[in-house]
Amino acid sequence: MNIVDCIIIGGGPAGMEAANRLTDQGFQVLLFEKEPELGGKLRQWDKLFPDFTLAQDILKMLNDNIASNKLEIKTGNTIRELRQSTDEGNSKEWEVIDGNGESHRARTVLITTGFDFFDATRKEEYGYGIYPNVITSVELEEQLKNGKIEIASNSKNDPNIAFIQCVGSRDEKVGNHYCSRNCCICAVKQAIEVKELLPQSEVTCYYMDLRMFGQSYEELYRKAQQEFRVNFIRGRVSEISPTLENRVILKAEDTLLSRPIRATVDLVVLMVGMEPSETTAQLSKSLNMSDPYGYIASKNSYTADNETQHKGLFVAGTAKRQLAIPDVIRDADAAAFTIAKHLKNGK
Amino acid sequence: MNQNFHPFVIPFMLGVIFLVIVMIVRLVRWFRMMDKRQRVAVSRNIISFKTLKAIWETIRESLFHRNIFKTNFVLGYMHFCFAFGWLMLIVMGKVEEIFASGKIFTEPWLGIFFKYFEPIGEHYPLQGFFAFVMDLLLLFVLSGLILAFIKRSRSTILGLRKTTNHSPIDRTALTALWLIFPLRLFSESITASYKGNGGFLTQTIGNWLSVLPVETIELPAWWAYSIALCVFFALMPFTRYMHIFTEVLLIFLRKWKVVESAEKTGYTFIELYSCSRCGICIDTCQINSAANINNTQAVYFIRDVREEQLQDEIADNCLMCNRCTNACPVGIEQTQIRRIYRRKKGFDSEKLYDYIKPEAPKDAQAKVLYFAGCMSHLTPGIITAMKQILDNAKIDYHFLDEDKSICCGRPLKQQGFLEQANALMRKNSELINNAGGTVLVTSCPICYNSFAKDYNLSIPVMHHSQYIEQLLNEGKLKVSKKKELRIAYHDPCEISRGHNIYESPRNIITKVGELIPAGNEKDDSLCCGGSLANTIINPEQLTAIRNQTLDTLCINHPDILATSCPLCKKSFQRGGNTIKVMDIAELIALD
Amino acid sequence: MINFGYTLNKSGAINLVEADLSLYNDLMKKVPSFARCIGCGGCAATCAARQHTDFSVLKCNMLIRRGEYDTLSKELNKCMLCGKCSLVCPRNVNTRAMIIQARLLVNSFSKR
Repeated sequence: MNIVDCIIIGGGPAGMEAANRLTDQGFQVLLFEKEPELGGKLRQWDKLFPDFTLAQDILKMLNDNIASNKLEIKTGNTIRELRQSTDEGNSKEWEVIDGNGESHRARTVLITTGFDFFDATRKEEYGYGIYPNVITSVELEEQLKNGKIEIASNSKNDPNIAFIQCVGSRDEKVGNHYCSRNCCICAVKQAIEVKELLPQSEVTCYYMDLRMFGQSYEELYRKAQQEFRVNFIRGRVSEISPTLENRVILKAEDTLLSRPIRATVDLVVLMVGMEPSETTAQLSKSLNMSDPYGYIASKNSYTADNETQHKGLFVAGTAKRQLAIPDVIRDADAAAFTIAKHLKNGK
Repeated sequence: MNQNFHPFVIPFMLGVIFLVIVMIVRLVRWFRMMDKRQRVAVSRNIISFKTLKAIWETIRESLFHRNIFKTNFVLGYMHFCFAFGWLMLIVMGKVEEIFASGKIFTEPWLGIFFKYFEPIGEHYPLQGFFAFVMDLLLLFVLSGLILAFIKRSRSTILGLRKTTNHSPIDRTALTALWLIFPLRLFSESITASYKGNGGFLTQTIGNWLSVLPVETIELPAWWAYSIALCVFFALMPFTRYMHIFTEVLLIFLRKWKVVESAEKTGYTFIELYSCSRCGICIDTCQINSAANINNTQAVYFIRDVREEQLQDEIADNCLMCNRCTNACPVGIEQTQIRRIYRRKKGFDSEKLYDYIKPEAPKDAQAKVLYFAGCMSHLTPGIITAMKQILDNAKIDYHFLDEDKSICCGRPLKQQGFLEQANALMRKNSELINNAGGTVLVTSCPICYNSFAKDYNLSIPVMHHSQYIEQLLNEGKLKVSKKKELRIAYHDPCEISRGHNIYESPRNIITKVGELIPAGNEKDDSLCCGGSLANTIINPEQLTAIRNQTLDTLCINHPDILATSCPLCKKSFQRGGNTIKVMDIAELIALD
Repeated sequence: MINFGYTLNKSGAINLVEADLSLYNDLMKKVPSFARCIGCGGCAATCAARQHTDFSVLKCNMLIRRGEYDTLSKELNKCMLCGKCSLVCPRNVNTRAMIIQARLLVNSFSKR
C-alpha cells in the first residue's frame, strides 16, 4: 500500500495553505474535505476585516496554488476514523479510514478541521428561529454578498439595525467561557457595510467589551464611529420580544448611564461565536487531546504549537482555538515547516 | 419480701418513669406551642370518625409499616419485627401474667420479667400456649435484630446506598436496644433451665445452658436485661427512637387536619421528632447522588434543627423538589419545615412593591387571562406558541405580563421572605382581579403552584398543559396529524409532586407524536437542577444534577425532550446538552 | 458653628483608600461568584423589578464593591427574587444569593 508523507484532514484555508507548502517542498500530500469544494468557511464570507479584502481573492490565491501543485484531493469525503497504524509492530505510521471505508496510510497527519458557528437557537432569549428579523452574522454576510439587506418588518421608517455581541462566546450558560476574538471587529466591519448599503439606517452595536486587538482593528472602530455614525452601547442584551408591527424590542442596560434601554428595531444581527467543528470535537475526544471545550490542545502553545501529544500528528488553524484568516494562514505555514522537519528527520 | 419484687426491676422502672415524665412535659409544651388554627382543628376533630381513621392508620403504619414495606421489603420487615413484635411481647406478657395471677391490676413490671417471677409448679390455663407464643414473638424480634445488624454493617445488602451516621448518644441507645432482646432470651433461658417454664426456644437453650452454674448467672442476667431497658428508655427522648411515639401523635394530628403553619409551632416539633433517621431521603436526593454533597439532606437538616446547630447553608441547600417528602415513610413535610427555618425577619415589607400598578385592560374584558411568568420571557418560544394556540382557538385573551414581567412571589416565599411575598401577592391579586376574566392560564409551574395554593383568587387557575388539553378536548384546537416523533416528557417538580398534573401534558404529547417512556417518571421524576429554591449549589453542581436528569430522560433515545416549564427548559438548554428541548405548547404549535 | 463665609463640600469622588469594604469582603466569602461580575448589565436588562423601578442588580453590585452602602438597603429590598438575572448572567454569578446575602449583611450591619 502506498504510504503518503502527510494526510491533511480539512480543506479550509489552513488545510489548503499547508498542502501547498508541503507539496512545494516535494512531499506527497493527501487532502480530505467533507464539502464538495475546498475553501471552508471562507466561501461563506464576502469581505474580510479589517481592510475589506474580498474573501474570494484569498480563496483564488489558495486555489491557484493548489491547481499548480500535484496533490491528491478527496472532497465530499468525511473521515470515519484516525488512528495510529497497528500492524508491523511499528506505530510510526498513521491510518485514516475515509467515508467510503477505505484505508489510507501516512507518515504524518495534519488536522485542520476548524470551527463551526455557534447555533444561535441555543440562546432562546434572543429569539433566533422564532422571530424572522433576528438573523446571525453569517446570514448577514450572505446578504451583504448579494448586496441586499432583507428586513422583515412592515415599518416604513428608516430601519433600525442592532448588532448583539458575544452570542455563544464569553457565556458560561452555554458552556463557552472563551472569547471568540473575531466577532467584535467583524461586527464593526459589517456595521460599516450595512451603513454603506442603507445610509439612512440607524445601526447600534451592543457589547460587553470591545476587543480591538489586531492590526488596524482600532482604526476601523474609529472609522465606524466617526464616519459611519455607528452607535456603540455598552450593555448586554438580555431579552428580545416581538411587537405588533413585526419588529422586535431589545432590552438592555446602558451600563455607562445606569439606565435601562428598550430599543425597537427592524433587524437584529447576532454575532455568533466560534465552537470546535463536529470533526474537531470528535478527533480531540477520540485521541484524548481535547481542551475543556473540545478544541485540540497543542503540545505547547509557546514552543510546539503545531504538534500534539501524539508523534506524527499535527494541528493547525481554528481546530486549536479562535483565529482570524491571516493567523490561520501563518499557522498553516508554520505547521508545514514543522511537518517537513519531522519527515526529514524520520528519513 | 414481696415475692413479686426483686431490686433488679428498679432500673427498668426508673427508665419507664423518666420516659413518661419527659414525654408528658414535651406533649404539654408542644400543644401549648401550637397556633390557634391548629388547636381549633384538634378540638373540632378529636371526637369524630377521623380519630378512628387515625387509629387504623397507626396500626397500619406504626405497627405494620406498610409504607416502608412498599419502598423496601426487607427494611419494612425489620421495622415490623421491632414494632409489632415488641408490642406483642409486652401485651402478651401482660395477658399471660393476668392468666397466671388471676388479677387484672398487678405490679407493672411483672409482665416484663414474668419468667423470673413465675411460681414453680403452679398451673394456669393456656400455660403451654403462652410459653410457645412468647418464644415465637421473641424469635420474631430477634430475626429483625439480625437484619438491623446487617443493615448497620453492610447497608447495601438492604438496598440502601447510604445510611445515616449516628451521634454518640444515638449509638448508646442503639447498643442498649440491640442488647435488650438477646439479654431477654438469655435470662429467660437461664431461668427455664431449672424452672422448666420455657417455650420451644428458651427451654431448648435453657437445657443446653444447664451445664453452667445457673444459680449464679441468673440474677446478673436479669439485672443486665433490666439495665439495658433502663438505658434505652432513658435515652429514648433524646435520640432518633423518639419517633416511635411522636410518629403516632403525628398520624393523629394529621387526621385531625392540623397543618404546618408559616411559623415554628408545636406541630413543627412533632414533625421534627417523628424523623426516625432511616436515611431513605439521602438516596432520593440529587444533591447527594449527582452533586455529591452529603450534609444537607432532610435527615441531616432535621438532626441539625433538633440539636440546635443548623447553619444557613444547610437550610438553603435544597432544591425543594419534594422527592424526599414523597419517599419519606413518615411523610414529614421537610420542605415546609425548611421554609420555616429560612424565615428572614426584620425586613421592610410596607409599600415595597407599590411600583406595581394594577390597571384594567382598556378594551372589553377578555375571558382568558394569560400570565406567562418571568422565566417564560427568556423562552420566547413558549410565549410565541401560546399566542399562536390562543389565536388559532379563537380565544379572547388578555396577556397580563406581556410588557412587564411580575414575579408571583413564590421565590420570595421559598427563601423565607414571607412578609415580602405576601405584599407582592396582594399586589398581584389586585392586578388579576382588576383584569376580570373567567380563568387564569399560566405557562410557569412555579406561578401555577403559587396562584393555586398561596393566592385566594376569585377565578380558577390552570397550567397551560391543562388548558391546552381542554382546548383539544373541546375541539377548539385541532392537531392535523401525528408526526413521526419520539418524545420523552420531563415532569417539572412544581406541577408533578406539587400538583399531580401528570396526564394533561402526556395526553397532549400523544396527540402530536409518540410518547416514549423515560427513566424516572411522574412522582419519581428528577429535578432539572435549576430550582429557584436553592441558592447554594454552584454551576458545576447544577449541571451535574441536570445531566443526571437528562440521562434518565434519554434512556430510550427520544427525538425531542418535552417539558412544560420555562425554567426546566432553560436548565436543559445549558451547555453540554445535545437533545432538542421543547415545551408542550411549542409541540402543539409545530402543527 | 463659626461662619467662615464659605462651606466645604464633601467630595463626591469615591475614595477607595478610605472606603469601608467590610460588607464587600463578607459578601465575597458567602457568594464567591460575586467576584466574577464583568458589569455587562444583563442582569439589570432582564430584571422584573427594573422594568417598574430604578432598581438595578448591577448598581447594587457596584455600590457594594466601592463600599457605598448608604442607599443599598432600600435598593436591595425592591428585588422580587424572581431569578431571571441568574438565568442570563454570562459569568454564572449567583445573583440571587448575592442579593439575599447582601440584604442579611446590610441588616446585621445596621444593627451593629
